[in-house]
Amino acid sequence: MWARAVLLLLRTPVGGRRGFTSKADPQGSGRVTADVIEHLERLALVDFGSQEAVARLEKAVAFADRLRAVDTDGVEPMESVLEDRCLYLRSDNVVEGNCAEELLQISHRVVEEYFVAPPGNISLPKLDEQEPFSPN
Amino acid sequence: MLGRTLREVSAALKQGQITPTELCQKCLSLIKKTKFLNAYITVSEEGALKQAEESEERYKKGQSLGDLDGIPFAVKDNFSTSGIETTCASNMLKGYVPPYNATVVQKLLDQGALLMGKTNLDEFAMGSGSTDGVFGPVKNPWSYSKQYREKRKQKPHGENEDSNWLITGGSSGGSAAAVSAFTCFVALGSDTGGSTRNPAAHCGVVGLKPSYGLVSRHGLIPLVNSMDVPGILTRCVDDAATVLGVLAGHDCKDSTTIQDPFKPFILPNLTDVSKLCIGIPKEYLVPELSSEIQSLWSKAANLFESEGAKVIEVSLPHTSYSIVCYHVLCTSEVASNMARFDGLEYGHRCDINVSTEAMYAATRREGFNDVVRGRILSGNFFLLKENYENYFVKAQKVRRLIANDFVNVFNSGVDVLLTPTTLREAVPYVEFVKEDNRTRSAQDDIFTQAVNMAGLPAVSVPMALSNQGLPIGLQFIGRAFCDQQLLTIAKWFEKQVQFPVIQFQEIMDDCSSVFENEKLASVSLKQ
Repeated sequence: MWARAVLLLLRTPVGGRRGFTSKADPQGSGRVTADVIEHLERLALVDFGSQEAVARLEKAVAFADRLRAVDTDGVEPMESVLEDRCLYLRSDNVVEGNCAEELLQISHRVVEEYFVAPPGNISLPKLDEQEPFSPN
Repeated sequence: MLGRTLREVSAALKQGQITPTELCQKCLSLIKKTKFLNAYITVSEEGALKQAEESEERYKKGQSLGDLDGIPFAVKDNFSTSGIETTCASNMLKGYVPPYNATVVQKLLDQGALLMGKTNLDEFAMGSGSTDGVFGPVKNPWSYSKQYREKRKQKPHGENEDSNWLITGGSSGGSAAAVSAFTCFVALGSDTGGSTRNPAAHCGVVGLKPSYGLVSRHGLIPLVNSMDVPGILTRCVDDAATVLGVLAGHDCKDSTTIQDPFKPFILPNLTDVSKLCIGIPKEYLVPELSSEIQSLWSKAANLFESEGAKVIEVSLPHTSYSIVCYHVLCTSEVASNMARFDGLEYGHRCDINVSTEAMYAATRREGFNDVVRGRILSGNFFLLKENYENYFVKAQKVRRLIANDFVNVFNSGVDVLLTPTTLREAVPYVEFVKEDNRTRSAQDDIFTQAVNMAGLPAVSVPMALSNQGLPIGLQFIGRAFCDQQLLTIAKWFEKQVQFPVIQFQEIMDDCSSVFENEKLASVSLKQ
């Protein structure tokens, strides 16, 4: 019986229905301004590196925009599927540790018991002060 | 011996037909012979042999640790392994040797299993082809199977055979290939949106994604914390149940594992399916689904129906938004998770020392591939103050609707859902790379990711070979924490369909010539 129903579904013209893998409309929303791009690069500490990467973000945003069509009035956001269960908390006792040596060995630069970072408090240069993008 | 299931080889070990060391050596030698598949990133030959020796001692003394003692296994290279490089197939973690074992790895070692090595994947498990890792793509063993080659020979066009190798699917493609090519008896994968089930379907093996919260994620390098689950790849459903029995249960190092006691189970042989209700979600019939898979899907449903099960069409109305929702939640969690890779404490560090921020930025540029950087940037976009409500919170709301769709269906009396695992069979690499990673993932995760958002157990079971001679898998989805019921039904189905064994062994003899040709082919592809 189910098979017949599925068959009927198949026969309905595909054009009207939007298959869920159809591509995002490249002309649609999802335009990202230069300001936002610069802001994102700072936040993510990752640069776009190329115009294609910006185009990829715009496509990703246009894709995400399809969610706007869903009516979510009165729906609570879901963070975890275990939301109805108590989160397990172990008792606050030290059960392992004393592995500082081991952990420090994994780092590229340490001095005594410290990880070494270059000077802080210097922000990344603004985009227009930067060297032009160099592909890796 | 290597073609056997875990259970069969375990019996052979107990009866002394083979020793753990012999078994280990056979697997190691097959790993070497099948190196051209690129399934393994690291082979831990020395460690495995040592573990085999210890296992052999135990067998001699009659003190075997159980069904897994002496059984070779492989682990996806995004699980931490003490003393063994763990790379996530990324420059960011090349050379990183964790000081501890992931809980799931430790549990297998504690049972006496032999760790053969770490398997290949898409960088940080982001992908659906196992083509986007820094160590190169994984090749599907079925590309070299007698079944596929014979079908290809019948075709008139004389394309170069060896440049037409197929992808494994992903992101746990190395693990699926390792099990499929008989180099181990079980492999661990991870499953965030289908990364275990998708390659299992393409490689003709069983791929289990357990319920979220049943198996510890401690030591699994996270992609999306609220959806990641360790996955199990085996040659049959019984084996997956055996391994789940060892892995499942509360871990005090992972607060998201549930505390309910878990008892390992042996799957019963179902003889009567007449009390079962199988749901067929109508939204999974999409225009993009290959007609061959569609007809196998109906055949499977008819099989249940003809044996007396109730098979009904059900609706999961928010299905079409699921992949979009997944995309937003995944990139957002990725953006936050990947913040840990800064070059300071572990992993890659660039040479720039002008400032901390410049060091971070350059390290991350050098360490991550385009796909990872792309997801980090998209995720950061969705998390911007002005976008947070419209994208991230919106997606979380849609997630609840998707999870509720499943709850409603199961409350209506459905025991398991039956769906395809993938839209089509494995495609040649040259076809696959024509589309970008995001588009590919949006297509390939289509039937699998909703399950992750709802935290449900699901298993892909190989059903039959396509006209091309390639495996096709179907997916069963169960109620949360009803993994045993799910596997019991999957086992019944597996027994009915009798999926053919890959005829790979014969190919091994001339695989050295294949390897030579392959090298040339992959060089020209990579450019």
